[in-house]
Amino acid sequence: MTTRTHLDRLENQSVFIFREAYHAFKNIAMPWSMGKDSNVLIWLASKAFFGRVPFPVLHIDTTYEFPEMLEFREWATAHYKLNLIVKINEEARGRGVGYETHDPVTVTHELKTVALQQAMAQYKWDALITGIRRDEDPTRAKERYFSRRNAQFEWDYKDQPPEFWGQFATTAANGEHVRVQPLLDWTEVDIWRYIQRENIPIPKMYFARNGQRYRSLGCRPITKPITSNADTIEAVIAELETTRTSERAGRAQDHHERNAMQKLRAKGFL
Amino acid sequence: MHSISSVKHPASSGEATLRVVFVGHVDHGKSTLIGRILSDTNSLPEGKLEQVQRACAAENMEFEFAFLLDALLEEQEQNITIDTTQIPFKTAKRNYMIIDAPGHKEFLKNMITGASSADAAVLVIAANEGVQEQSKRHAYLLSLLGVRQFCVVVNKMDLADYSEARFLEIEKKYRVFLKTLNLETDVFIPASARFGENITARSTKMKWHHGPTLAEALDAMTPMAPPTDLPLRFCVQDVYKFDDRRIIAGRIETGMLQVGDELVFSPANKTSIVQSIEHWPVIPSAVEGSRGASFKISHRDPSTPIGMTGVAGGSIGITLHEQIFVERGYVASHSKDAPIETNRFHADLFWIARQPARLSHLYTVRLATQEVKCQIVSLDEVMDSSSLERNPTKADQLARNEVGRLTIQTRAPIVLDNHDRLPPLGRFVLVDDGMICGGGIVYDGVYTDRGAIKSKNIFWSEGKITAQARSAQHGHRGAVVWLTGLSGSGKSTIAQALERELFIRAMHPYVLDGDNIRHGLNSNLGFAPEDRVENIRRVSEVAKLMADAGNVVITAFISPYRADRQRARSIAMEGNAEFIEVFVDAPLEVCEERDPKNLYKKARAGEIREFTGIDAPYELPVDPEIVVQTNQQSVDESVASILERLLPRLK
Repeated sequence: MTTRTHLDRLENQSVFIFREAYHAFKNIAMPWSMGKDSNVLIWLASKAFFGRVPFPVLHIDTTYEFPEMLEFREWATAHYKLNLIVKINEEARGRGVGYETHDPVTVTHELKTVALQQAMAQYKWDALITGIRRDEDPTRAKERYFSRRNAQFEWDYKDQPPEFWGQFATTAANGEHVRVQPLLDWTEVDIWRYIQRENIPIPKMYFARNGQRYRSLGCRPITKPITSNADTIEAVIAELETTRTSERAGRAQDHHERNAMQKLRAKGFL
Repeated sequence: MHSISSVKHPASSGEATLRVVFVGHVDHGKSTLIGRILSDTNSLPEGKLEQVQRACAAENMEFEFAFLLDALLEEQEQNITIDTTQIPFKTAKRNYMIIDAPGHKEFLKNMITGASSADAAVLVIAANEGVQEQSKRHAYLLSLLGVRQFCVVVNKMDLADYSEARFLEIEKKYRVFLKTLNLETDVFIPASARFGENITARSTKMKWHHGPTLAEALDAMTPMAPPTDLPLRFCVQDVYKFDDRRIIAGRIETGMLQVGDELVFSPANKTSIVQSIEHWPVIPSAVEGSRGASFKISHRDPSTPIGMTGVAGGSIGITLHEQIFVERGYVASHSKDAPIETNRFHADLFWIARQPARLSHLYTVRLATQEVKCQIVSLDEVMDSSSLERNPTKADQLARNEVGRLTIQTRAPIVLDNHDRLPPLGRFVLVDDGMICGGGIVYDGVYTDRGAIKSKNIFWSEGKITAQARSAQHGHRGAVVWLTGLSGSGKSTIAQALERELFIRAMHPYVLDGDNIRHGLNSNLGFAPEDRVENIRRVSEVAKLMADAGNVVITAFISPYRADRQRARSIAMEGNAEFIEVFVDAPLEVCEERDPKNLYKKARAGEIREFTGIDAPYELPVDPEIVVQTNQQSVDESVASILERLLPRLK
């Protein structure tokens, strides 16, 4: 018997979690940013459910999206036959909230977190499947596979339920919801190796053009490309093997102030 | 604050990551040890070390390696690790994921969360303080959690003058203790995380140590191999019917299965043959390599065709030849080496909830994907988890952080294994009000006792017994399952098979048919049209009462008239019982050929008048909840399709 590879172990665990979540929650949705991790989620869901994603996927459209990402959204929605819901915080945009006039933490909160809250109020989902990984940020490192949020979207990271032997806290009280996080144990390079192994479609912006590429994708005004000549998956993986800078270093909202990410997450950011 | 944990230095592709948990008494230096490893293996983000050093200098604090780890604000304030953190690092040999489990007693549940997924453990003991309460408790919990590969770091040797005598003293004492747990390791490492002695580099201050450094000891460990050599346990998570396939999805906990294998599903004890293992993307039937790496199935027996085998650890989906009823919680095995099926078992239980575990309180036991209501029926011993002394107890509860040896009784059969034989099916959690309150391991289960299950569950309640209370006690709602169809269509056979299926699920079914009604309650009725109407009316009323009492009443009467069936439905609804009409459909020719009671022959011969189908009409059901076609489906298949519709409505 050949031994299982590291990626097999991760894939099997993620599929297991998808199925536990689909069983445990009646009304479930999956935020989808079209980013690489998000597309791995779509792929794993298709594996878990044998060729379909049996719940809606939600794109929180900040209206600051890269055009290439919107093109990808259209293509992938048809390709995977997704039930796509697009949500914009029209109210905040109406008030003029935007990167032109506001700081990134405020804009991210309004156009992402509040938009998500609006969608939750509308669709009453009791669980959201997210693509966060422990290696992205110290606060994410302490997450559970099944992580409860109260009605205000707050995460009580000081008193998290135990999680062991494949048993999770799968209940949410009225108004609460559970974040289900199948990629928690994956690292950035695991994601890339898996994309490579499985031929998972991702937006072209991850690959270098004119000496620059995006390592992490967010809103246009606050997402900076890195200097890179990595124009293939192989080259990206080779680059990651030697880098010592963090993946989200190009995401301004994380660094606006000390502990910005922790503050964003405590308030409901994914 | 930037990510301290976002560094990826992947080792060669495919080499499995080793998940290693660091445990030990509070303040024995786990965080320092981890900070030191990250630093000495160049696993920190660029500039991180310098940044923290600068920050310390600015605050006039002495730099500590632990600061690298204590990422959340609260931890810096309290100076203790409050939750499990996972941090990658890398040696020349492979990738590691460090699980930093909190040492403080308060946060035991977090330590368990972290440690349960580990391949290996590093137990940290401070040389100056020696073996402390948590040093013991953690080792014991590791043994309960099934982590058996570990090394012991005697840290802070700088505070013990790098004394070999002190090191040997601690080693000796701890070895004695480990032996009582049946845990064993040869690897004790004298170290100083603060000064980097014997972490990645060999210490010059402790030349008397000839064993490995910590990095060498870790490199010598191996990731936990999925137990393919144990008997098969395939635990069903769900059954998907997204298209014309009926896919049984689940995880193979141990062993392996192949297309063509005959599987036994417990607790129903039904068997079927694996027809296919389903894959997405669909695996081309062509030889491996035609589509390159993207469709590679990397864990398979090379002697079998691609995609036809599932092995331990695999989250798979299968289809079966026979459409037997299968649902979440079922465990598939081969008929040889089947698991134990019982409603009573012995366990060691560790308790982590604030509210103590109480005798007779109704908990839910979750074991693999099974979920069954249960009670602790006896508490025999309570273990002090630091001294590990077992004390016989007369207590009727188990407090937080205690471990008890006890007996659990479940309300429906549960499928399990002894933990020492087959760990994944030998461990369970108890859930109260949606919260995981404790975890346990099963011991002393008897494998030969299969099938001999006697239920003696007793539950008490006070005041008026409401319908909810009844269904809570029974574990299901009352209902009337009304089978209708021609004589010989198979109603009685299906009724009895269905009754048996419900009964083995610890439910409360009862079949009403001509035999037990005509001979007693309706013995004054004949076969005149008005008597037939009255017969069905009385059956309807009896069914309603029995359903109200919480039973699942299965009626098996031809009941040829729509009006009669409609009235049966109305009567049941008055009693707030579910009414499920099942049309047991078979063509008249088939029923006449079966003719189990020779009634068709008599009717054809004119000995019986007004026989349904011959000289009396059968009014087809207009909108029955369920139709089974007994000329096309076997009894098992008919019952399976009824169960599929019925069980969700009884919850």
